[in-house]
Amino acid sequence: MDLSVRIGSLRLENPLIAASGCYGYGVEYADAVDLSSLGAVVSKGLFLKPREGHPPERIVETPAGMLNAIGLQGIGVHRYISEKLPELRRLRAVNIINICGSTLDEYVELARILSDADGVHGLELNISCPNIKEGGITFGCSLHGTFDVVSAVKKVTHLPVIPKLTPNVTDVASIAKAAEDAGADAVSLVNTFLAMAIDVETRRPKLSNIVGGLSGPAIRPIAVRMVYECRRAVTIPIIGMGGIATATDALEFMIAGATAIQVGTANFVDPFIWSKLRDGIEQYMERQGLSRLADIIGSIDTSAREKQWVSS
Amino acid sequence: MDVEAKVLRNTRLSADYNIIALEAPEIASLVAPGQFVMVKPGRGHDPLLRRPFSVFEILRSHGRVEGLTLLSKRVGVTTRMLLEAVEGDIVSCLGPLGKPFEPVDPPAEAWMVAGGVGLAPFATLAEVLRQRGTETTLFYGARSGRELFHLDWFEAKGVRLVLSTEDGTMGDRGRVTLPLERELKRASGPVTVYACGPEPMLEAVAHLSSTYGRPSQVSVERVMGCGMGGCYSCVIPVRDPGGGHHYVRSCIGGPVFAGNDLVWD
Repeated sequence: MDLSVRIGSLRLENPLIAASGCYGYGVEYADAVDLSSLGAVVSKGLFLKPREGHPPERIVETPAGMLNAIGLQGIGVHRYISEKLPELRRLRAVNIINICGSTLDEYVELARILSDADGVHGLELNISCPNIKEGGITFGCSLHGTFDVVSAVKKVTHLPVIPKLTPNVTDVASIAKAAEDAGADAVSLVNTFLAMAIDVETRRPKLSNIVGGLSGPAIRPIAVRMVYECRRAVTIPIIGMGGIATATDALEFMIAGATAIQVGTANFVDPFIWSKLRDGIEQYMERQGLSRLADIIGSIDTSAREKQWVSS
Repeated sequence: MDVEAKVLRNTRLSADYNIIALEAPEIASLVAPGQFVMVKPGRGHDPLLRRPFSVFEILRSHGRVEGLTLLSKRVGVTTRMLLEAVEGDIVSCLGPLGKPFEPVDPPAEAWMVAGGVGLAPFATLAEVLRQRGTETTLFYGARSGRELFHLDWFEAKGVRLVLSTEDGTMGDRGRVTLPLERELKRASGPVTVYACGPEPMLEAVAHLSSTYGRPSQVSVERVMGCGMGGCYSCVIPVRDPGGGHHYVRSCIGGPVFAGNDLVWD
């Protein structure tokens, strides 16, 4: 069975990708999981310099989900290249690097540095972190900002460029279109939903950052809708994510229009989820008589529903 | 590794405390004292995430490792489910995880300091210390005498008990650090202090140990997302040599830290 998919010039053995911020730098999981069996691993968000991140509490569980405000604690791009990338190369992981900038120049500089590094297969532009002011969210919330950062990065790299979009906008499809117009090779969505939780006894916010990003199964239907909307607005590949915990969830995103999918929160619950997702997808393909998984991308059938609307 | 462990038995110790025995020999045979497992009872989305638990005991029968137990105190959804679980239920169990205690050898003594459910890592540590012939004391504090558990077990292993309760029903009245300080003052030989319990207690133990010139190893409990180093939730500030601090993931950098290394926030 052929589970491979294409993201621009990048061919993935399968569409299952570890989401940024949910898989450390990948090496943390190397004892438990064969990283080369994943479609790709997206690194934790990297700035040029190391970052301390927010003080605890950094996460809180909510119904069928969790809020996080980690604050992009990280080692910076140079230590990533010297300390993590050699190990990831040895493990034959497909590495997509998530980059964050406080300024447009920082994105460009990061893209330049990573384009020269051996073992980097793609760049995911974090223009959507809800937890820090300077994490590119100002770019990701506007059409111009998205267009500008994508086109600037495209000029300096041969790597596939994948802006990661925020759902905290009125019309995510128009942002996806701006990214496509700027030359993005794909878009990934959704980042987390801005949210908060309060301890009623102490009347204090449960996160040190007061607000955080909601992820997990709770957000899945909204994320599916957003992927579907983007599919109708752009022709570049979409990497879908948001609460995927089973093979059925992954297939739902692909049918809505995602070429590949990312798993984040569910990996916390089950680090061995990858082989289960793969098995479930293969069983589905067998059941449906499919030889190529890519054939289901965007295959949602809305004809019956449309007819209902016309006749009513 | 991840084991869908069958509940072998569940012993209720009080209204809030229980010891749950899980059939997870694959994990149990690898556990070192101070390591933890990430646990999820049930398959639903509430609770969604696993919760960390120190391994309490390694279960052996006829020389074969049969499983492990967890000492649990009801504080939320997961611990309520563990309190109410019955034989045959399935609890998903991932581990063993984290850095263990470093057991000390004679002539040094080992002083274990436990606050409440912080007793959990000390049964396995006591066994390892006994194998090494290290003289071991357990300073064990709780709210009341009814919440001091497993005392016979520790005594049978040759562990000297120093008890304290906040209501004075057993041992010293007050915090466990009271008798600890009294004995630290008197101690003449080398002692390594091990501690697990609420963070204010750990801070006090780390402070007292260093005041009296004794090394301490403390096991912290932070809100944890994954237990594998993936999420960066469970960080704790660790002292930098030049002043200041940086955040270390307590799941893979700990949960056991040298008391002197931590900055208490």
